[in-house]
Amino acid sequence: MAKVPVQFTLNGAEKAEFIDSGTTLLHALRDKIGDTSPKGGCHQGTCGGCSVIIDGELRLSCLTLAETCNGAAITTASGLSEGGVLHPLQRAFLDAFATQCGFCTPGMIMAATVLLDHTPNPSRDEVVEALSGNICRCTGYEPIIQAVLTAARSNSQNAA
Amino acid sequence: MELRKSYFADQRKDDLHEIGQPRPRSDSPGHVTGKTAYFADRNFPGMLHLKMVRSPHHHARIRSIDISEAEKHPGVVKILTAKDVPHNVYTILILIQIGPEDETVLADGKVRWKGEAVVAVLAETERAAQEAAAKVKVDYEVLPAVFDMEEALKPGAPTVNEYHGRNYYLYDSGECRKVRFGDVEAGFAGADHVLEQTYQSSPIEHAPTETTGCIVVPEGNDRFTCYTNTQAMFFTLDNASIILQMPGNKLHFVGGTVGGGFGGKVDVIVEPIAILGAKLTGRPVSFIYSREEEMQISSPRAAEKVVIKDGVMNDGRIVARKVTGYTDAGAYSRHSPYGAQKGAGHYPGPYTIPNVWIDTYCVYTNRTPSSAMRGFGVTIGDFALEVQMDKLARLIGMDPLEFRFINAYRDGDMKAHRQPTEGAALIECMQEASRAANWPVAEKYLSMSSYAKGV
Ligand code: FES
Ligand code: FES
Repeated sequence: MAKVPVQFTLNGAEKAEFIDSGTTLLHALRDKIGDTSPKGGCHQGTCGGCSVIIDGELRLSCLTLAETCNGAAITTASGLSEGGVLHPLQRAFLDAFATQCGFCTPGMIMAATVLLDHTPNPSRDEVVEALSGNICRCTGYEPIIQAVLTAARSNSQNAA
Repeated sequence: MELRKSYFADQRKDDLHEIGQPRPRSDSPGHVTGKTAYFADRNFPGMLHLKMVRSPHHHARIRSIDISEAEKHPGVVKILTAKDVPHNVYTILILIQIGPEDETVLADGKVRWKGEAVVAVLAETERAAQEAAAKVKVDYEVLPAVFDMEEALKPGAPTVNEYHGRNYYLYDSGECRKVRFGDVEAGFAGADHVLEQTYQSSPIEHAPTETTGCIVVPEGNDRFTCYTNTQAMFFTLDNASIILQMPGNKLHFVGGTVGGGFGGKVDVIVEPIAILGAKLTGRPVSFIYSREEEMQISSPRAAEKVVIKDGVMNDGRIVARKVTGYTDAGAYSRHSPYGAQKGAGHYPGPYTIPNVWIDTYCVYTNRTPSSAMRGFGVTIGDFALEVQMDKLARLIGMDPLEFRFINAYRDGDMKAHRQPTEGAALIECMQEASRAANWPVAEKYLSMSSYAKGV
């Protein structure tokens, strides 16, 4: 099968690959580029585990063709911490016990990142709405909601 | 959180200072940074993908299997059928001498549930494996199927599993696990009221976010490394060793990081066939359930039916309890004979009842094999028992919590299966629950203790 070139930035670093046409971004990230932080829980757009940020928007990488990402800026959960310092959301997830098996966590953190980028001080309902595409089977969601609200508060305190 | 250290203070030397203190989990930093390595977060050069051809029928004889078209499909490397599996008929609890072996790794001559694995296809890509699987031709003769436990137990019902020869598991105690204590019929005869109720549950899927799977790498020295999300590493290794007729020292299992299990990852399903594929091709093999397989193929919690008959006095004492429990194993045993047995041990609940009769059956039907899930064998029974307790309390016009105080077991009470009660704390828990939930009970119940009989 003829390969097609794709080129984008991943967490700020240039990436280029030749892929089979039709390859999902999830597959390209995990199996070609080696960033396994997006998780394939369903490969059909229902679990949110594969969530990534493409040009500032939350996207399901299992439903995104890699070849449509040429020139894009892609962020994944593995790219959030800087210099070994946890991102406030990561810190809040840790402190609030918002992660158990951890499989949903990268996707949750992606969804929460986009929420806080657009809505720095979300209401509880807005948090629930923003996470509604992400399934967690372990925590019962409440610790995750609390973690996002805590991260939002600590952000706004830092900004003040 | 509030700790009442006054309870059982004479039994404790420690000061319980850890309780109520949050402690960070050692795996959380990996989770939040996306660095935790789940089994599928590995990639090996030349890795093959395994896909199963599955039965579209609930019960059928296999007349023939034709893999000739599938073998020609581009990218296909190997196709496995029953004859390739060294010890194809197995059962996982054989490790603790619970037989007979009653399940096939790949179907041989017959399928007994819709979704049963028949042929394994190994190919260069997932897509090629999937496409080739669709080209495997299996000629089935559909047989009558049975889906209801009571139907399955009737004479003349289709036999689900020939390795048992009957649609129930034969315990050493006979057709069911039995507990006999006192004289239950005399208890009913002397009771002020008798209440019989039936409780039923459906199968429940664990639905972990990470689907079941493994990746197997041949190490070039006759050894195989199996990266797996099993919840039962050594149990799986030992069963794989039996199925593959391969000494355990050839198998190196790597795991412990599980993306949600809840009991759904303790069956030995993906590892043996993936190891066999790696052995026969000399290449790494990945076998990962699709979401559809996770929901439809992996074992659910068993459906259960529980019939409870109680004799109760107007003063609140339960004087007789008869329980008949049915556990739907589906087509194969897996953990269900054990689950049904646990039920027998668990009834009549945490209550002291002088006359008890318990029968629990493990029944075979043409449904998806059920297996372990969080307190299996007990959880549905507890639901039934506690709903029954509320109904009994209502029947005699008594407060449901006070009713439980009257019947609660205490240290020294003989349980129905003849284990004396030790370390009971039900009364104290209910006293705290009464306070915490602001559900007042009469003073005499607040001064009761698990230590001594008599109010
Ligand atoms: S893997 Fe993309 S939504 Fe589940
Ligand atoms: S922590 Fe396990 S699925 Fe969310």
